[in-house]
Amino acid sequence: MSEEYIRVENLKKYFATKRGMLHAVDDVSFTIKKGETLGLVGESGCGKSTLGRCLIRLLDSTSGKVLLKNDNDDGYIDITKASPREMKALRKRVQIVFQDPYSCLNPRLSVWELIAEPLIVNNVHSDKNEMRKRVRSLMETVGLAERLENSYPHELDGGRRQRIGIARSLALNPEFIVLDEPVSALDVCIQAQILNLLNDLQREFSYTYVFISHNLSVVRHVSDRIAVMYLGQIVELSEYKELFSDPLHPYTQALLSAIPLAKLDVQRERIILEGDVPSPIEPPNACRFAGRCRYAKDICRTTPPALKEILPGHFTACHFAKEQKQ
Amino acid sequence: MDNMLDIRNLTIHYEVESGTVHAVEGLNLTLGRGESLGFVGETGAGKTTTALGIMRLIPNPPGKIKSGEIIFDGENLLDKSEAEMRKIRGEKIAMIFQDPMTSLNPVMTVDKQIAEMISLHKKVTKSEALKLAGDMLELVGIRRERMHDYPHQFSGGMKQRVVIAIALACDPELLIADEPTTALDVTIQAQVLELMKELKQKFSASMILITHDLGIVAEICDKVAIMYAGRVVEYADKRSLYSHPIHPYTRGLFRSVPDIDEDVDELPVIPGLMPDPVNLPSGCAFHPRCSMATEECAKVRPEMQEAEPGHFAACPFCVKKFMNGEAL
Ligand SMILES: Nc1ncnc2c1ncn2[C@@H]1O[C@H](COP(=O)(O)OP(=O)(O)OP(=O)(O)O)[C@@H](O)[C@H]1O
Ligand SMILES: Nc1ncnc2c1ncn2[C@@H]1O[C@H](COP(=O)(O)OP(=O)(O)O)[C@@H](O)[C@H]1O
Ligand code: SF4
Ligand code: SF4
Ligand SMILES: [Mg+2]
Ligand SMILES: [Mg+2]
Repeated sequence: MSEEYIRVENLKKYFATKRGMLHAVDDVSFTIKKGETLGLVGESGCGKSTLGRCLIRLLDSTSGKVLLKNDNDDGYIDITKASPREMKALRKRVQIVFQDPYSCLNPRLSVWELIAEPLIVNNVHSDKNEMRKRVRSLMETVGLAERLENSYPHELDGGRRQRIGIARSLALNPEFIVLDEPVSALDVCIQAQILNLLNDLQREFSYTYVFISHNLSVVRHVSDRIAVMYLGQIVELSEYKELFSDPLHPYTQALLSAIPLAKLDVQRERIILEGDVPSPIEPPNACRFAGRCRYAKDICRTTPPALKEILPGHFTACHFAKEQKQ
Repeated sequence: MDNMLDIRNLTIHYEVESGTVHAVEGLNLTLGRGESLGFVGETGAGKTTTALGIMRLIPNPPGKIKSGEIIFDGENLLDKSEAEMRKIRGEKIAMIFQDPMTSLNPVMTVDKQIAEMISLHKKVTKSEALKLAGDMLELVGIRRERMHDYPHQFSGGMKQRVVIAIALACDPELLIADEPTTALDVTIQAQVLELMKELKQKFSASMILITHDLGIVAEICDKVAIMYAGRVVEYADKRSLYSHPIHPYTRGLFRSVPDIDEDVDELPVIPGLMPDPVNLPSGCAFHPRCSMATEECAKVRPEMQEAEPGHFAACPFCVKKFMNGEAL
């Protein structure tokens, strides 16, 4: 799991809006190892889904690179610049699962048809029987009973619909899957079932995951490393345990302190952030957290901090991260 | 402590194409004055229906309160006329919904919306009502200069704070909050929860907080009721419930939430799904998913039993084991 598999360099995604350029993803760089789960957390609108979509080119990036390691040699292919022909091959290697499985499943297709669809579109099986076998085996893999073959999405509960979404994403034997809030619409019991499924699948097929969520305990549970986003940027990136035990960025600290814990008698200081997340449209050339940060000084309002390695493997973007450590 | 709210044997059904939805089925619940109760359960357990029942706001059709009593301040709300209920709503019982926009008028400035609520229930002049509205906004942390803004000019967290201001404007005795922070980000949720904690002390109102988040309950409630398939299956003060949950469903619920400072490979899960509310299982509705179920469980519907003072659970087997000091 030590081998680098994806390298993201200075990735940007801007949207043109009436009020100016919206910096949804603004210059992020990181790497993902083979077989690893990278968690992506942050508040609504901070750019998690946009980043996830750019990674697998469901969205075209404004600039930057997403380098994916080739299967057969040591080279990389830049997904952001892949030709249509290259993209067709890449589509099999990279996949996405969405939060609300309902809104992205064609309501007129049965479970069987939904799972067969990616196989048909990509001409995977010429033989009908083989395809039947493959759909059955996919259903079994994600824990959908055979009797549900002819059911339609609206007849199923959220957990089962999410299983269909997962089966579809697995159909082409991908290597890399972006999971965009895959359990956020589910109740805790079903959530636990799906999290276990994703974990089992990763163990069996050594998938590489990017797991997007705003639920920090869920992200901690699934991730090897976690990236915290704020207003289009990664403000902290670390091994999962260290992020929770030793958060370095003031935003991460506030975020962690805000999680309601299902336990009594835990003593901790809650950092209540004043105000709301500022607008991502034409953000100032400064630390984007400065308006809410209790440590902000003049330099924070004039110079954006770069993401730096403060502890081994632990990166943060704050002018005073080092001082804080001392 | 005298009970401000006493729900007895409440049954609420919805008639739908596929049959009768048993949304609330023989529910019993009490709430003392000044207490706050966390009302916990998964989607479809019947939490919102119970709340709407108390407010007498069940959409009819398809919904109908079939039987039971809702005793509030010694009087059965189910005997009240619609005119009497209109007076009670807002003045004595206020409700906050998950989506703030269900309670806000998009084309009216927020100060007017709060003032309208105040004028409806208090004898004040228009300008007095507007002044009070500004006070309420300040109380929930919105600066007075923004009182003439429309809801869409506020962020999600601010809108929910406006809704709280409206709900508290008439100093209600009971506040029912239905997943008030579910749609909010954690840091904004923390702001709203902090506010609710503060206001709880200031107003000494009783509160029912509906949520599926056991963390939120731990933070602001005194009592907890766990609901499953239309019934309360466990009820206790927070300390007893969190330190030793008794009902198998409650225990499963606690285990299936990932822990923030502990690593587990595999999350313990409750097998299966919530039952179809049109065809609830016989006997104990949890029996198809319960690892401790016996034949008896499919036959007899278990009643709530007191396992220790103030701690009730609807599972005779676990209550007995608990009372015998056996491990659950
Ligand atoms: N197609 C688009 N056109 C313009 N702006 C967009 C578009 N898609 C996203 N945005 C904006 O980009 C920013 C990032 O959005 P994104 O959906 O990536 O956030 P997110 O972190 O996934 O949020 P959530 O937790 O709510 O899903 C937001 O300000 C959003 O309004
Ligand atoms: N207006 C309605 N018409 C028909 N069925 C309804 C209606 N509202 C709720 N239900 C059903 O009643 C049951 C309880 O729902 P609800 O009270 O909303 O649960 P909760 O708030 O715990 O998620 C569910 O099965 C739900 O589908
Ligand atoms: S750079 Fe300054 S404003 Fe930004 S997080 Fe660090 S201390 Fe706060
Ligand atoms: S009554 Fe039976 S089925 Fe119900 S919770 Fe208890 S042991 Fe399980
Ligand atoms: Mg998103
Ligand atoms: Mg509800």
